[in-house]
Amino acid sequence: MEPIKTHNGLVYPLPKRNVDTDQIIPKQFLKRIERSGFGQFLFYNWRFDEKDQPRQDFTLNQPKYKGASVLIAGDNFGCGSSREHAPWALLDYGFKVIIAPSFADIFYNNTTKNGILAIKLSEDKVDYLLNQAEINSYILTIDLEKQKVHDELGFEADFDIPAYHKHMLLNGLDEIGITLTYADQITQFEQTYN
Amino acid sequence: MQQPKTIIEKIWEKHTVVQEPNKPDLMYIDLHLVHEVTSPQAFEGLRLAGRKVRQPERTYATVDHNVPTIHRSVIRDEVARTQMETLRTNCAEFGIRLADIDHPDQGIVHVIGPQLGLTQPGKTIVCGDSHTSTHGAFGALAFGIGTSEVEHVLATQTLWQSKPKTLNVQIDGTLGTGVTAKDLILAIIGKFGVKFGTGYVLEYTGEAIRNLSMEERMTVCNMSIEAGARAGLISPDETTFEYLRGRRYAPEGPAFEKAVSKWRQLATDEGAAYDHTVHLNASEIEPQVTWGTNPGMCLPISANVPDPALIENKEEKASVEQALAYMGLEPNQQLTSIEIQHVFIGSCTNSRITDLRKAASVIQGKKVHPSVRAMVVPGSFTVKMQAEQEGLDKVFKDAGFEWRDAGCSMCLAMNDDVVPAGERCASTSNRNFEGRQGAGARTHLASPEMAAAAAIEGRFVDVRQVAAPTV
Ligand code: SF4
Repeated sequence: MEPIKTHNGLVYPLPKRNVDTDQIIPKQFLKRIERSGFGQFLFYNWRFDEKDQPRQDFTLNQPKYKGASVLIAGDNFGCGSSREHAPWALLDYGFKVIIAPSFADIFYNNTTKNGILAIKLSEDKVDYLLNQAEINSYILTIDLEKQKVHDELGFEADFDIPAYHKHMLLNGLDEIGITLTYADQITQFEQTYN
Repeated sequence: MQQPKTIIEKIWEKHTVVQEPNKPDLMYIDLHLVHEVTSPQAFEGLRLAGRKVRQPERTYATVDHNVPTIHRSVIRDEVARTQMETLRTNCAEFGIRLADIDHPDQGIVHVIGPQLGLTQPGKTIVCGDSHTSTHGAFGALAFGIGTSEVEHVLATQTLWQSKPKTLNVQIDGTLGTGVTAKDLILAIIGKFGVKFGTGYVLEYTGEAIRNLSMEERMTVCNMSIEAGARAGLISPDETTFEYLRGRRYAPEGPAFEKAVSKWRQLATDEGAAYDHTVHLNASEIEPQVTWGTNPGMCLPISANVPDPALIENKEEKASVEQALAYMGLEPNQQLTSIEIQHVFIGSCTNSRITDLRKAASVIQGKKVHPSVRAMVVPGSFTVKMQAEQEGLDKVFKDAGFEWRDAGCSMCLAMNDDVVPAGERCASTSNRNFEGRQGAGARTHLASPEMAAAAAIEGRFVDVRQVAAPTV
């Protein structure tokens, strides 16, 4: 997994609440047995029409958002199905950071495990960012070490992140590898467990 | 005296393997359920790293999400077939029990766990599926996980988890005649919203919950995730123990009695504190139907579809407008005027034997409306066999329902069971998201009784007015 220390990228605004994982990656694409290649199917039903042609009215298809790597969305992002295909699709498409007022629990966990940084900011800050990104070609800088988000216009916000998640993301760690260093404790637990 | 504790805290303490500052706890996992869609990448990960499954006997697999529910001997969808074959190979390679497509125990993973007695009070249970919350009905701490976590559990039998906050969902009073567990959970989500449970484990308490059967409790806990909670549970009691007695993987004889006396200790102690509590009185609840594109967008059957013009909050107004547009509904339209073209009775929410009995009792001797295509998909092969022994299949078939094999089917439409774009389905499943039952499909969630009544009438009706109530 790629470590994230700081990230500087173009912002794509998705001003919707309750974006569920069925929208992020529709089920017809869950049948693959690989981890990669899901980006082409991201937000499929919004991005493409019945004939698989790009929908002009869906903003992600606009040239100005090409190469976006920071996604800003409404409240309760990633609700619904536990499918990890959702973060795989986001990451494969190129999103490294997602900012929203809140995230669904399972989705939030899944992002960290795939090296995506999910940041919670208050509703008014998210509104500001959404606005900026709708009007301009808007670049945001995220400093995970300092837990700060800022732009070149003077916007700055601190964010919280559980220390454990931060550690994993900063170092690009494989969680199973870490856990296996506790193998003795697990064995001991199993021996006394009934 | 010891500090009173909730069941959630008791299970947590018992399963903590490692506890260190500034970190989630390392939790032991008792039971890991596996299915074909969220596991291939996890097994692949193990193989690449040269790792083994730590406790194959704590792992149980089946195929459900994309199995065909008709003509099963030939699976035409090549990718689905690959996924099922992949699971077969993985289970063989890693030594995991598999209820494969032709196995008598096959079925929706959340239906077969309880049915086999694998699901037991006090266990930690995970599965790469968000409706794992279903197993909470037994007083287990059960939650959905992503594929990386599936791999983690396979390799280590543990998970790093932050101790959740506890939320008491207290339902006093009794449910009215003809009002079901499904109406209860829809009403809870309708009232408190689709994210009130985020960051919490829910415990359902109160008279109305105590009076539910095990299968009804599963319906309630199943939809905890639709309230944003990863897990929802109910303290075990005599109803729980009686349900488990004699099940294949439940303890037997004296061991069972010993287990029961242990399970009895699990229930939340009198006076234990929760981080938060919400209340609802069951007697206020009517049969519910969803009108929008998330499960919180639901109303009693006597109501009208909301009018965005009357909503002040800008974002909420926009989301109602968007939902109405997607659903093809007019503001203020009566719910009972909504005509449907499909009925789906199935899914891990409502596909157990009692669900089928109740639906059958509504349609007995009647015919499905000529403009409706109706389908019953039992939750497991065992449920199907039992229903056939009771003659329920005949009731359904005589009425004009299709009678299918077990699987997730039209709940998420990954197999061929799809609702066409623009058409409307009364569904006993748990999600009415855009496109859930097919691109452009319009889903209305309801109880089996309400869905059955809608099949007969061709539109939503208050089941209490058309059928002799059965509950
Ligand atoms: S029945 Fe539906 S909700 Fe339940 S496990 Fe299957 S797809 Fe998921």
